[in-house]
Amino acid sequence: MSLRERLAASTIWPMLWKEFIQMRRDRLTLGMMLGIPAVQLAMFGYAIQTEVRHLPTVVLDESRSSESLALVDQLRNTGNFDIVGYVPDRKALDEEIRAGRAMAGVVIPPTFLTDLRRGRTAQAQVIVDAADPLASSAAMSGAAQAGAARSTAILAQTTGRGPPLEVRVRPWYNPGLRSAVYIVPGIIGVLLSVTMILITSMSIVKEREKGTLEQLIVTPIDKTSLMLGKLVPFVLVGYVQMTVILLLGRLLFDVPIRGSLALLYLLTFAFIVASLGMGLFISTVVRSQAQAMQMGFFFLLPNILLSGFMFPREAMPVAAQWLGLVLPLTHFLKVLRGIILKGVGVSELWTQTLVLVALSTLFIVLSVRRFSKRIE
Amino acid sequence: MTDDAAIHAEGLRKTFGELVAVDGLDLTVHRGEVFGLLGPNGSGKTTTIRMLTGLMAPGGGWATVDGVNVTTSPEQVRRRIGYMSQRFGLYDDLTVEENIRFYASVYGLRGRRRADRISELVAELGFGERLRQMAGTLSGGWKQRLALACATAHRPRVLFLDEPTAGVDPAARRQFWDLIYDFARQGITIMVTTHYMDEAERCHRLAFLSRGHLIAVGTAQEVRDQFRQPSIEDVFIELQRRDEGVVV
Repeated sequence: MSLRERLAASTIWPMLWKEFIQMRRDRLTLGMMLGIPAVQLAMFGYAIQTEVRHLPTVVLDESRSSESLALVDQLRNTGNFDIVGYVPDRKALDEEIRAGRAMAGVVIPPTFLTDLRRGRTAQAQVIVDAADPLASSAAMSGAAQAGAARSTAILAQTTGRGPPLEVRVRPWYNPGLRSAVYIVPGIIGVLLSVTMILITSMSIVKEREKGTLEQLIVTPIDKTSLMLGKLVPFVLVGYVQMTVILLLGRLLFDVPIRGSLALLYLLTFAFIVASLGMGLFISTVVRSQAQAMQMGFFFLLPNILLSGFMFPREAMPVAAQWLGLVLPLTHFLKVLRGIILKGVGVSELWTQTLVLVALSTLFIVLSVRRFSKRIE
Repeated sequence: MTDDAAIHAEGLRKTFGELVAVDGLDLTVHRGEVFGLLGPNGSGKTTTIRMLTGLMAPGGGWATVDGVNVTTSPEQVRRRIGYMSQRFGLYDDLTVEENIRFYASVYGLRGRRRADRISELVAELGFGERLRQMAGTLSGGWKQRLALACATAHRPRVLFLDEPTAGVDPAARRQFWDLIYDFARQGITIMVTTHYMDEAERCHRLAFLSRGHLIAVGTAQEVRDQFRQPSIEDVFIELQRRDEGVVV
């Protein structure tokens, strides 16, 4: 038999034919697989803002001078403080913050202007509700910046000299410091993990549950066709999901793609294979779809928490960082962010590429060895 | 040696941990026979069929199906056999036609040959206007017919039926057995397990399993005589009584 004839006779074709019909008919799963990227992107992209801005702020201005107004303006201009009202005394200010109507309070004492005029250090106070450290950190640094900026301006006015020292910070790759830009590539990785690990393992286990796997095992279908037939459709789904997110990321959040798309799609393949390996592995261990779901989450949670998708890996204890290294998503995130945000090429991503290929080989070999054409 | 035997087993054995499911089974089924495998639940019928179909590797002994060793050449065996279990193994979200087409393709039928075989099966089993119906919406009797069509899409030499009529109404059971006899007349060997004694009486030969042992083989008449019982049902009940006397 020639290669062509052998290829035509392969049992992979009926398997793929069946999988695509089933996928098309299972509207709910299909809808979830293609709709979820859009919904998640919109949800996370808009909702996850690690940079908290626009804290509702009340002002106690006892100086009532042009200088105090200038300071309040300076604070407002940082974008961190929304002035929602003025209060007559300290007690009212405390009450506003305690009641949660304000998250920050600015106190400018009556001596503010006179201190300035006499060349003494004038003091102003910014009180921040720091119960949530994440929410308050931007406001606190914003307040310090506004103070410094105002000092420099006043110094320049009175002495005619500029500041002796200036540090300019340039936020590269994401100059607007927008969370969405950072999160969109991450969502691609997380979403692909969910589809490849959860939905794939459930789809294989479903055949076991329904008895169709038993029926397939007694046919001459070969193990390769059986597995590839179940996995290949999900590779396509994965690429569609990624494309949807990239497009929406561009449209909704203006996320640029600085590097090579071809390289991105190529390296994604290694990640997809690694995740499919995990899905396949789960399907060889569990007996029911419910178990597949539970075990899938067991695999997914560390992927989300330790990979650097949500929390910076640099901030984790060493043990957690090591654990993160065996997760394909950790390396894939570097690839995603590297190519999409920084526009880096293969030369910078060699390590990640090698690790992804190694992990995918490992997972596939492990699960293929466990996956046998028997039922015990 | 076993050329005239459709199925031949010697010393076939299977254990699950402590439990001995099948213990040294010797068995020969002739070509063209409708052979019934009977016994109470847990007697080893399904395990026997699973070993003969290559679903499970035998723990000991050996067996041939259509002259091919099931342990050394399971893939060769799979081309020659059809298998239908009480779970039917159908895809609920595929139509009747798609199910048949899928299994026919998996068995290597393509193009013209596949189309011819599908129309043949559809005519033989009388699917008619149900062709485009989803398998999941069929009644038990029709599901069973469809499963039979899928299991025989490749014209197997030996057909294994594991409780094929469980949960199907009497009329459908009667029709199903007519189909089984049609297959037997075409020269297909059939091994069937059942809990229905009227079905057992219709087999050419029977084997009784009890706790993994083969305790009787022969025609219905011979088995009745061996146990001095008026019917196969009485033999069955007698066996179950003995089983319960010893077990646990």
